[in-house]
Amino acid sequence: MKIHEYQAKELFRKYKIPVPEGGVAYSKDEAFEVAERLASLPVVVKAQIHAGGRGKGGGVKLARSLDEVKNIAHEIIGMNLVTHQTGPGGQKVKKVLVEQGLNIDKELYLSIVPDRETATIVIMASQAGGMDIEAVAEETPEKIIRVHVDPLAGIQPFHCRRTAFGLNLSSSVMKEFNKMLMGLYRFFVDYDCSLVEINPLVITKEETIIALDAKVNFDSNALFRHKDILAYRDLDEEDPLEVEASKFNLNYINMDGNVGNMVNGAGLAMATMDIIKQAGAEPANFLDVGGGANAEMVENGFRIILSDNKVKGILINIFGGILRCDILAQGVVQAAKKIGVTVPIVIRMEGTNVEEGRRILADSGLNLITAVDLKDAAEKVASIVN
Amino acid sequence: MSIFVDKNTRLLVQGITGNEGKFHTKNCMDYGTNVVAGVTPGKGGQTMDGVPVFNSVMDAVQQTRANCSMIFVPPPFAADAILEAIDAGIELIVAITEGIPVMDMMKVKNLLKNSNSRLIGPNCPGIISPGQAKIGIMPGNIHLPGGPVGVVSRSGTLTYEVVHQLTRKNLGQTTCIGIGGDPVNGTNFIDCLKAFEADPATKAIVMVGEIGGNAEEAAAEFIADHVSKPVVGFIAGLTAPPGRRMGHAGAIISGNSGTAQGKIAVMKEAGIHVCENLGELGEVCVDNF
Repeated sequence: MKIHEYQAKELFRKYKIPVPEGGVAYSKDEAFEVAERLASLPVVVKAQIHAGGRGKGGGVKLARSLDEVKNIAHEIIGMNLVTHQTGPGGQKVKKVLVEQGLNIDKELYLSIVPDRETATIVIMASQAGGMDIEAVAEETPEKIIRVHVDPLAGIQPFHCRRTAFGLNLSSSVMKEFNKMLMGLYRFFVDYDCSLVEINPLVITKEETIIALDAKVNFDSNALFRHKDILAYRDLDEEDPLEVEASKFNLNYINMDGNVGNMVNGAGLAMATMDIIKQAGAEPANFLDVGGGANAEMVENGFRIILSDNKVKGILINIFGGILRCDILAQGVVQAAKKIGVTVPIVIRMEGTNVEEGRRILADSGLNLITAVDLKDAAEKVASIVN
Repeated sequence: MSIFVDKNTRLLVQGITGNEGKFHTKNCMDYGTNVVAGVTPGKGGQTMDGVPVFNSVMDAVQQTRANCSMIFVPPPFAADAILEAIDAGIELIVAITEGIPVMDMMKVKNLLKNSNSRLIGPNCPGIISPGQAKIGIMPGNIHLPGGPVGVVSRSGTLTYEVVHQLTRKNLGQTTCIGIGGDPVNGTNFIDCLKAFEADPATKAIVMVGEIGGNAEEAAAEFIADHVSKPVVGFIAGLTAPPGRRMGHAGAIISGNSGTAQGKIAVMKEAGIHVCENLGELGEVCVDNF
């Protein structure tokens, strides 16, 4: 789960990680009030959306006067911000963060992520702050320091020292940096984060350390023990169909193609999308109804797929194991009749009680096209939409 | 022959009295698996389909000599259940549970290193040696006993699809293992490849991967250097958009890393027969085995 920069900074404050003074504003007047309260100019006005690359897209601007704060906030709130992470459609900005400007001396990069291969927590840091870290990793990997922390022992002072010396920090800020990193690690572990990233972490001309930006993602599987974080969820930042699907515990991801598909199991669902593409069509979605899908889930799946008006045909691919094919076929027929599915449906079923399942589909009176195998199914649905 | 599980496996089920645990225990027994005990704290002394239930794994092991555990405990308590099985000296732990927090699994993984236990999963269908023992939620009837193919996969239903295609081509299986779709898991591809290479009954291997991480790349390197048996590979997620979690917690492309295209290129380089179209996998196996 993702949260906004201003929310991440609220959490940072609890862990005594220094962040700039500022506040969130939903209108130009509120932005003006925040700036007035800060009583120091210039201030920075930052669009609050989940996607990165906001600066380049025109979503982060410096204001030198209170009037300018108002003008810039007016311009940014309501704009459709397009960045390399939003996709071409962009994301509508609903709020801004207004913050004090800083006298920046150095910009650093600092992040903490779990490392799946070693099962350790890794601190990543670089002197090349303020830049796209993936580009740095690609072009100059030697500029990135990685310090692995054993999750059982937790962070030790030497981990902080290694990071600080690696960043070539001056002795005047080292103590402060180490304290900050200890706090950041504690925050990461306490909240089951999947990413904490500060880019840039700045050293000011006054020799203080401040997290100028803050990006935090949480492990969705751990949210059961962090109920307070659920309040930070912003549905405006999510695809409406995906939000709807999540209510029914369906794993749905909206895509650009026109072949809707419904599959049981994530791996098979990905492979089904791939085979649709290989047959010359484009998948409209990823939809995993789960290894033990039932009729109700099939019905909800249908509704969500059909809410996407790009969909011109549907491919259902179910490998019936624990879920029997006859039960599934009944679910499909019921749901298709109830919803009044208008686009052609190609069904490929395999597994337990498949003959009985096929008979139910054939006798349903619905326009259901059965396929003999996966390849046949993909070719049939592709020829329908093309 | 087979790897990790066989006729001598004595199974214990943690979470045997829950809906899932009950249902799948019965299926495993029907398949012929020797289920010797169940564990549900507070329900010790009861029986479930004739299987004695104990309060702790330690009690169950002492009284039944169980050497393998299958776990159906819900995510908030699953790491604790795995650690309890490690503590009781269980040799093989199969964690079916989906949704265990990464932080919990990182701790489990580090504790596992200094133990005598092997963990399969979590978030996996389990392991089956057809005709001998089924420890998991896969449909037993699609499998064909007798080998010669060993199957290892990160997925559930996709593995069933692959096994079904093998069976239809009359290619039996020695053992099929789902290592799970989570970013941090126990047994990995390399552990399974090593065991299949050493198993005389396994003459060929199918490896099914997906986007995210670099386990397939590491496995490809291992295969190039240490596996003499033919390997057919498949990777799901050619069309997956970057930055999105595709159902499995571990199935995510981060930046340029973990793409299906990247994995396929490395696997081909290592001499693996990569099948790019799932509909053709059975034929590719017939051609190469």
